[in-house]
Amino acid sequence: MSPLNLTTQALEIIAAIAAAPLFVGWVNQCRAWLQNRSAPSVLQPYRGIRKLFHKDAVLAERASPLFRIAPYMVFGAMVLAAAIIPSMGTRLPLTVAADSIALVGLLATARMFMSLAAMDVGTAFGTLGARREMMVGFLAEPALLMVIFVAALISQTTSLAAIAEHLSSQTLALYPSLAFTAVAFTLVLLAENARIPVDNPATHLELTMIHEAMLLEYSARHLALMEWAAALKLFNYVCIGVALFVPWGVATESQGPLGLLVSVPVLALKLCGAGAGLAVIETVSAKLRVFRAPELMATAFLFAVLGLLVHLLLGA
Amino acid sequence: MPLRHWLARAEELPGSPAAARVVVDAADWHAAAQAVAATGGQLLSLWASGETATAGAASVRAALLHERGLLVLEHAPGGPDRRYPGLESIFPVATRLQRAAFDLSGMRADAPDQRPWLRHAAWPAHVHPLREPVVVTDPTAATADDYAFQGVEGDGVHEVPVGPVHAGIIEPGHFRFSVVGEKVLRLEARLGYVHKGIELRFQQLALAEGHRLAARVSGDSAVAYSWAYCQAVEGLARTAVPPRALWLRALCLELERVQNHLGDLGALGNDAGFAFGLAQFSRLKEELLRAMQSVFGQRYLLDAVVPGGMAADVGAAGAAALAGCLRRIASESVKLRNIYDEHAGVQDRFVGAGQVPPELARRLGLIGLAGRASGQDLDLRVDAPWPPYDALAPLKCGHRAGDVAARVAVRFDELQVSIRLAARVLEQLPAGAVHSALLAPPATAGEIGIGLIEGWRGPVMVALEPDARGGIARCHPHDPSWQNWPVLEHAILGNIVPDFPLINKSFNLSYSGHDL
Repeated sequence: MSPLNLTTQALEIIAAIAAAPLFVGWVNQCRAWLQNRSAPSVLQPYRGIRKLFHKDAVLAERASPLFRIAPYMVFGAMVLAAAIIPSMGTRLPLTVAADSIALVGLLATARMFMSLAAMDVGTAFGTLGARREMMVGFLAEPALLMVIFVAALISQTTSLAAIAEHLSSQTLALYPSLAFTAVAFTLVLLAENARIPVDNPATHLELTMIHEAMLLEYSARHLALMEWAAALKLFNYVCIGVALFVPWGVATESQGPLGLLVSVPVLALKLCGAGAGLAVIETVSAKLRVFRAPELMATAFLFAVLGLLVHLLLGA
Repeated sequence: MPLRHWLARAEELPGSPAAARVVVDAADWHAAAQAVAATGGQLLSLWASGETATAGAASVRAALLHERGLLVLEHAPGGPDRRYPGLESIFPVATRLQRAAFDLSGMRADAPDQRPWLRHAAWPAHVHPLREPVVVTDPTAATADDYAFQGVEGDGVHEVPVGPVHAGIIEPGHFRFSVVGEKVLRLEARLGYVHKGIELRFQQLALAEGHRLAARVSGDSAVAYSWAYCQAVEGLARTAVPPRALWLRALCLELERVQNHLGDLGALGNDAGFAFGLAQFSRLKEELLRAMQSVFGQRYLLDAVVPGGMAADVGAAGAAALAGCLRRIASESVKLRNIYDEHAGVQDRFVGAGQVPPELARRLGLIGLAGRASGQDLDLRVDAPWPPYDALAPLKCGHRAGDVAARVAVRFDELQVSIRLAARVLEQLPAGAVHSALLAPPATAGEIGIGLIEGWRGPVMVALEPDARGGIARCHPHDPSWQNWPVLEHAILGNIVPDFPLINKSFNLSYSGHDL
């Protein structure tokens, strides 16, 4: 384990935690611009989190310990996920411990804790949100797995770092299979991160919420952690997408410290592009009826399967 | 007996040109209501009046809309318990009106549903605020009252209580959903959380100052309410309003309509997750509000209409600026309508959601804008016009689908019609004064002035009784939301829970105007 590898690993975790709210701020800013509104500062999510950390936590009378530990578990799961996603470099000591299938499991663990906590207090909205989250989640997970399988088949490994390493070492060729899976992944990303058209992160209508409904009972530091974790989740998803579909510029095994140095601005550029793209999608679409979300996830799964077939049949 | 007979017996009331009154006994009370229902008319409002602490309310009144105007039935029930026959079997909307009349005035209808409506735990059940003073000993001691909601039994059925405190900044109302999964089996609303005692407050005011309170009954219909109030006062005082003031009032009423439709169209887009719509329509609405600020000195026209005329005149420069602003709004909203119409996601949310078919709308008495979207084409500006609408003759907009998309379409149509109407008023504005002094009203006991105005939401009525000293003996403002709140409970049936906010918004009913 070289010092460079350790540095990469530490840098990735710290960068993810620190930059995740910034990315959310950037998406919000792009959205505001696209809607002809004057945008809030990109730092606004940090201010929100700081404000919440300064407040006193209020717990529901019937809240069990699960309700209190859930924010830490969810946040922890997201940090761990950030550690095994090769966003800057592929030499990550921790990737040996968990491959991409474990990553999906990690995301599922976070979802489970969040849904249990939402139902824990016993309010109608928490249960409503948890129920809808599970409905979206159980369809999104297979689609996500399928996306990863395609990339894994191409690179003959399920380790995300190795996949990114393999794909980035290829010449800039277009894989038709990856093009299909990229569409599938985008749909999964929207659904899993409570974005329009599946959920609306800006809504104040409690009856339409999915993600927000699960957080209604949280306050102060718990809510801050949950919101930070949500930002981290979005950041992680975008980094997975980057690693799978546009890995070029990531610091690979063969490169020295210079590679790592180059990879940071490259990642920043990719995130800027992804955030703007996300804002465009969210601006031009309306929110789907809740029961259309499964159709959307089925479409995602179909695209991923198409990608798999294209790879198996055409070898491309 | 046919309606003709009742109208022949009725005496004309001061105020609205279309209002008349007939005093009836218990049997005729029912028969006259039936006669109005037979001609396709409906119950607009019901209230008790003449309350004293010793004798209780003296009479109960029902305002019935028929095709030529408004018939006010007045009935003074006798007997020891002074009950009057309920009208809920003829007009479903009567149920809540009767319950509210009992809560406030203590006059009970013979009806199956005797639950309180406007009274929550804030005052005891035996106290009726319009009859005797409410002594609130300790406001914090008021606890949640035990209100008997209708339950739904069955496998997998559960209740989702929503409100009165909501996640967003909106008015308070409680909605009890009985759902199975996401599907709504039943919705029961509980309102009255913003009961402020407006009718009691009216009785502490002089006739000539009540318009300011009337404008604040429901802030989004300020012009409609203040005009209705002024129409009643001017009728009682036998005061003629200068034509220029009437035309300016019509201008204000249409501006209020435009401003509310712009706000609603944006909010409807936003509730479908299409925030672009909200941003654009908010911009247009803001532009209009600023133009109104520069012309009338106020963004929302709360104090523009005063008894005897208008508070201020509109100059040539102001009129030109306003016309320019309206032209821009008209052309931009056409573009935005195209965007809404061609957006598959938005249309998927709008079409078929919260459907009220015309037959159901007729039976439940859906009224106003929501009624016109469900084939109930009543528009008082056309059907019972008051000056200057008899000269303006606006175009009636309507739709028959009765879903959210229809209510959006009617709003878009009315937006254009109102803008054209406002432009015409600005062009042809008669010259002259905008205010004439109010003659002192002759104090006649039992006289009622009626104001009846088609606001943006539907017909707004003010029933005003003066006392001998130039004060207000009783003033009853009526909001069309009374008619449409119960229909919302039907519109949501069979829809899914997350579509409720959108459906609710497409009606956009008033809490304040309803809770009084």
